[in-house]
Amino acid sequence: MSATVQAGPATPAGPASGLSSRRPLGDRGFQVLALVSGLLVLVILVLIAITMSQQSTTWFTSEGWSGIFSIDWDPAHGKFGAMAFLYGTVIVSVIAIVIAYPVSQGVALLLTEVVPRRWAAPIVSVIDLLAVVPSVVWGLWGILILVPWLQAHIYGHVASAVNNIWILGNLFGFLNHNYVSGASFFTAGLILAIMITPIVTSLSREVMATVPTTDKEGAYALGATRWEMIRGAVWPHSQTGIIGATLLGLGRAMGETIAVALVVGASPTISSHLFTPGYTMPSVIALQFGEATVGVFRAALIGMGVLLFLLTIIVNLSARAIIGRHARRMGGAA
Amino acid sequence: MHLRGRRQVTTAGLAVFAVALAACSSSSSSTTSSTSTSTASSSATASSTPSGSGTINAAGSSFQNTYQLAAIAAFKSVDPSITVNYDSVGSGTGRADLYANTVLFAGSDSPIPAAEASKVPSGKTVLYFPVLIGPITLSYNLSGVTNLKLNADVIAKIFQGEITTWNNSAIAAINPGVSLPSTAITIAVRSDSSGTTQNFSLYLEKAAPSVWKLGSSSTIKWPSTAHAGAQNTGVASIIKSTPGAIGYVDYTDAKASGLSYASVENSAGDYVSPTPAGASADAAGATIASDLTFAAADAGTSADSYPVSYQTWDLVYAQQPNANDVAMLKSYLGYLLGAGQKLLPTLYYAPLPSSLDQQAIAQLSKITS
Repeated sequence: MSATVQAGPATPAGPASGLSSRRPLGDRGFQVLALVSGLLVLVILVLIAITMSQQSTTWFTSEGWSGIFSIDWDPAHGKFGAMAFLYGTVIVSVIAIVIAYPVSQGVALLLTEVVPRRWAAPIVSVIDLLAVVPSVVWGLWGILILVPWLQAHIYGHVASAVNNIWILGNLFGFLNHNYVSGASFFTAGLILAIMITPIVTSLSREVMATVPTTDKEGAYALGATRWEMIRGAVWPHSQTGIIGATLLGLGRAMGETIAVALVVGASPTISSHLFTPGYTMPSVIALQFGEATVGVFRAALIGMGVLLFLLTIIVNLSARAIIGRHARRMGGAA
Repeated sequence: MHLRGRRQVTTAGLAVFAVALAACSSSSSSTTSSTSTSTASSSATASSTPSGSGTINAAGSSFQNTYQLAAIAAFKSVDPSITVNYDSVGSGTGRADLYANTVLFAGSDSPIPAAEASKVPSGKTVLYFPVLIGPITLSYNLSGVTNLKLNADVIAKIFQGEITTWNNSAIAAINPGVSLPSTAITIAVRSDSSGTTQNFSLYLEKAAPSVWKLGSSSTIKWPSTAHAGAQNTGVASIIKSTPGAIGYVDYTDAKASGLSYASVENSAGDYVSPTPAGASADAAGATIASDLTFAAADAGTSADSYPVSYQTWDLVYAQQPNANDVAMLKSYLGYLLGAGQKLLPTLYYAPLPSSLDQQAIAQLSKITS
């Protein structure tokens, strides 16, 4: 150990290793407590990842890499391929983002640019009410009301209208024999969109509120219309923040379990037709874990939990990194 | 000084790491027999009264859940010193809980599969106590048709997506005189894994082996046009709301939802409607193994047996660590097999055939400490 230089007496903003004996006992105790709490969270996360991976090794060893990512999920015949669920999770989340992004951007712009400040707070409360509704209530409303209504009144008409159009027919057309299902990729994506709109809206709104008024007034002074001002002053400034907010919404959409499990249709197939049933990783874990026999079936479900865990961690970490980079660059926003 | 600060950080980190390690090692339950402390924790220690006292924690099959709830409530007046908790988590998880020693008995709709045999701790044998039989209905929604008849081949073809309309010649052939519409058939299946699916597919495997190709498991890869619902009630509501739908629903839930169900041909050639009596007759024809496992599906040979029936067991270790647990188990399981069987008809289940019931009661003496 090299000779250490004693830190100045009780500098509040000193480095972490400045747990100098000069500091009062309460301060030191608090710092140790905070350190322990932080480390505990990290350790718990790491341990979860390790124990879950341990329990899923049977899946990797018995299926191999090609087996794990195969399309075939057939427990009756010992086939446990996860590709259909990966596809379902991604598709449903993408649909959710595609629907939620324009809506949330519109609401955020409404709140920051259009609506008088007096009305902004009540509207924000209403939007946040959407976030308060429990996920299982969305699922119940979905399966009891939305699914039958969509199947009877919407999907059939849309599918027959676009069935023969080039790309739209593949996405929204009939699979075969006039078959559309209310419980499908699209319905799940729709419900997810409603669920993630509050998060994306409020984060976007906060980012947009940090646009300096001078920039906006400057744009007006140059003769820009409101739309041109938004395009020229608000969006460039808040782009990275909005991307971060969207990624956070995406992370939430990927992990959503019970609402999606009830309305996605529980059919492990890969299909471009969005009005047909599908399956997602959280849904299959929730629906099939109870009866899964100990062995490769259980290991496969736990392994899919690990995959989902990794996926959502990656999405959330990149979201936070992007938002953080934006905050530093724009000087303490969001 | 920096040195002392660094030591405090290291101490904090080591403390956290030590706690985590301790938690890790004590929770990694080895597959060898666990210590008596973990079993004792699942039942309160008590004075050694003849019938035992304390709490029995159990988990497993959702099929027997209705019976367990009714029996637990009625058992309170039989023996108030014993409290029973039954958690309806599914047969697979129930068996896993038994291997992990967190429950005293597990409800399971099927015997322990070969893949799980290694999970039973060495030196322990599992005893199977059958508790009830129940029919699975083929419920359908077809206006104007009330007495639909089906046989195993036709059912297999319908659920594999090979028969797609109601007026198909195979269905018409066994329903003479009934005018079948040309409505498309929508099959309603379970989205969640279930013992009902397992035993329904087992029936099809046994009764239509040349036609049925999807195997037998708690999760089946149904045709992509199938509509899936969660739990029996989910399937029932799909059938109710979809004209032309047909699905497999427990008798209890089919009655509760007011569905019409089909008569199924048994091995004697008769078309029988699902009833508890038909299910009991079906089970009476099954070959009972020495450990009391059997498969009721399509086992009956008598004219009144309803072939699509299944059974459920309570699984217990024969070797229990303490006498109180033995006394409690004998008391409660004895009730399930004895006076409790009278509750079954009111719950739309079928009681065990009496010879099987006697064998199960005799097996109670094999639980020892």
